[in-house]
Amino acid sequence: MSTAYNFAFLDENTKRMLRRGLLKAVAIPGYQVPFGSREMPLPYGWGTGGIQLTAALLGPDDVLKVIDQGADDTTNAVNIRRFFARVAGVATTERTAEATLIQTRHRIPETPLREDQVLVFQVPEPEPLRTLEPREAETRSLHALADYGLMHVKLYEDIARYGHIATSYDYPVLVDGRYLASPSPIPKFDNPKLDGSPALMLFGAGREKRLYAIPPYTRVESLAFDDHPFEIQRWEHVCALCGSDESYLDEVVVDDRGTRLFVCSDTDYCAQRRDAAVASEENAEAAA
Amino acid sequence: MYVAVKGGERAIARSLELLAEARRGDPAVAELELAQIRQQLRLAVARVMQEGSLYDEELAALAIRQAAGDLQEAIFLLRAYRTTLPRFGYSEPLETAAMRVRRRVSGTFKDIPGGQVLGPTYDYTQRLLEFGNEAIGVCAPAEQPLPEGMPRVLDLLDAEALIERAEPGDDAEPADLTRDPLMFPADRATRLQNLARGDEGFLLGMAYSTQRGYAESHPFAGEIRMGEVDVLICPEELGFPIAIGEITLTECQMINQFHGGNGTPPQFTRGYGLSMGEGERKAMAMALVDRSLRCAELGEAAHAPAQDQEFVLSHTDNVEASGFVQHLKLPHYVDFQAELSLLRTLAAQARDTATEEPA
Repeated sequence: MSTAYNFAFLDENTKRMLRRGLLKAVAIPGYQVPFGSREMPLPYGWGTGGIQLTAALLGPDDVLKVIDQGADDTTNAVNIRRFFARVAGVATTERTAEATLIQTRHRIPETPLREDQVLVFQVPEPEPLRTLEPREAETRSLHALADYGLMHVKLYEDIARYGHIATSYDYPVLVDGRYLASPSPIPKFDNPKLDGSPALMLFGAGREKRLYAIPPYTRVESLAFDDHPFEIQRWEHVCALCGSDESYLDEVVVDDRGTRLFVCSDTDYCAQRRDAAVASEENAEAAA
Repeated sequence: MYVAVKGGERAIARSLELLAEARRGDPAVAELELAQIRQQLRLAVARVMQEGSLYDEELAALAIRQAAGDLQEAIFLLRAYRTTLPRFGYSEPLETAAMRVRRRVSGTFKDIPGGQVLGPTYDYTQRLLEFGNEAIGVCAPAEQPLPEGMPRVLDLLDAEALIERAEPGDDAEPADLTRDPLMFPADRATRLQNLARGDEGFLLGMAYSTQRGYAESHPFAGEIRMGEVDVLICPEELGFPIAIGEITLTECQMINQFHGGNGTPPQFTRGYGLSMGEGERKAMAMALVDRSLRCAELGEAAHAPAQDQEFVLSHTDNVEASGFVQHLKLPHYVDFQAELSLLRTLAAQARDTATEEPA
């Protein structure tokens, strides 16, 4: 562990500022709290918001898991995990069940989370209305007025044009019946996991200098219409490695003839299932 | 059977080794010394200090070497270091009127009290590559020293009440963009702070656009001065200011036409630019953009990008911009997969519709 820097890199005053922002965020679910985002030694857009939240939350006894696209071994996840191992010296894990704090980019783990776990999301664009209205002064007043007509019109236009809502990730949600929020670019497959989650979910956008929260057991609705209810992605395949028919699958091109393979995006979930399958086979053999 | 790609950790370690090797180059060639960078690449050092928001030539030189000359990467390195530094206090406002001037030119008056002083400038170099016979830098001293006090050119106009007054001290306590998020609408002090940290290339382009009809502001370079300024702080236990050192600054005051409005009579208005070290291009661009962003305050019609403070201020920072543009090379398998499924659905729908409709 590096001693040239404070524990978990940030100084204690900055951590206090972040924690105060987080308390406000938890008190007003889904509301984007502006915060004094610091310049981090990793590039903007690569998880600086999530890293700052993690740094403010980490204690010496925490067990940290970092995933990107559901996988622990993608280079950016490795790099962030390395960073915290270096500046905080905390234990790290790839097992969802063992982690007390999970920092994620673009996925929510398949393994259900518990009350004693915190999930930190890296958020590139915290403002769900940004693509519809680029001006911050304007979107702030839309939130203040809970005026989300723009988004409803956008979704309606999708239905008018395609027959269904053509948003597949970063699918907007209404938190606790009040604030429209971006779930970060997770696939809409993961949206139902936000609703009533026992784990605290925190969102950090470093470049945009905003943080927000979904406290445990908060109602989170994915926007939809009565006659066009919200639906998640489904596959005709099962995972080629573990056989799961209920996890989010990544498509992998395995040769230059375009042969495809579908595997779990959550690498820990997939590995656990394969280990369990091997163990039950061995048990069955031992019993026979 | 396919196994998910593993080994990110080892790949990163090897990549760092390759980078170190590439940065150093041929070990038979001597490594650049920081003093060489500080002295012989002083304009690069100035830019890195300016956009890195840290006046430290040694650290800027170190960052430039570590970044293999990629100035934006060097700026990033310096910023990431700066963010860890404790804050002891704030300096008194810098007194640029008391600058020990090394260069000072005005585009508005032929002669000015104190005179026009070219100083070390590339302006009249003719840009011919000097193949191996670069002159050794020795300059004969002037016959007489520059006058002690050099009044600001704009103060001359001020006496005639032809230019808007810039009253010191009537502003609120300025925000600190490195501690507080940028909020809109931003006041002028905050805007200037943002522009000061902003990318020189971006500001140059924005400034250029105001000269080409996008927010025409009829600018004149009232004065550009470069030289050394004392930095004063007032420690609480002393109660009076003491000088803690001097820094090199380039200041630009633009004069812009204004036809009156918002209850203000026709007069010249000001645009302001300030840059650490010798940063004339940056200071001039900053002054033009500062002026164009004052459109709301002066009641001017805002129709150009350079007048739109959300557009300009949100996109000046090259550390933010570089990170976010380049984050696209991170994996996006999951969202791409989601889009792929969606597109297949849409394509299938389009095919069905095509077969249903007889040609």
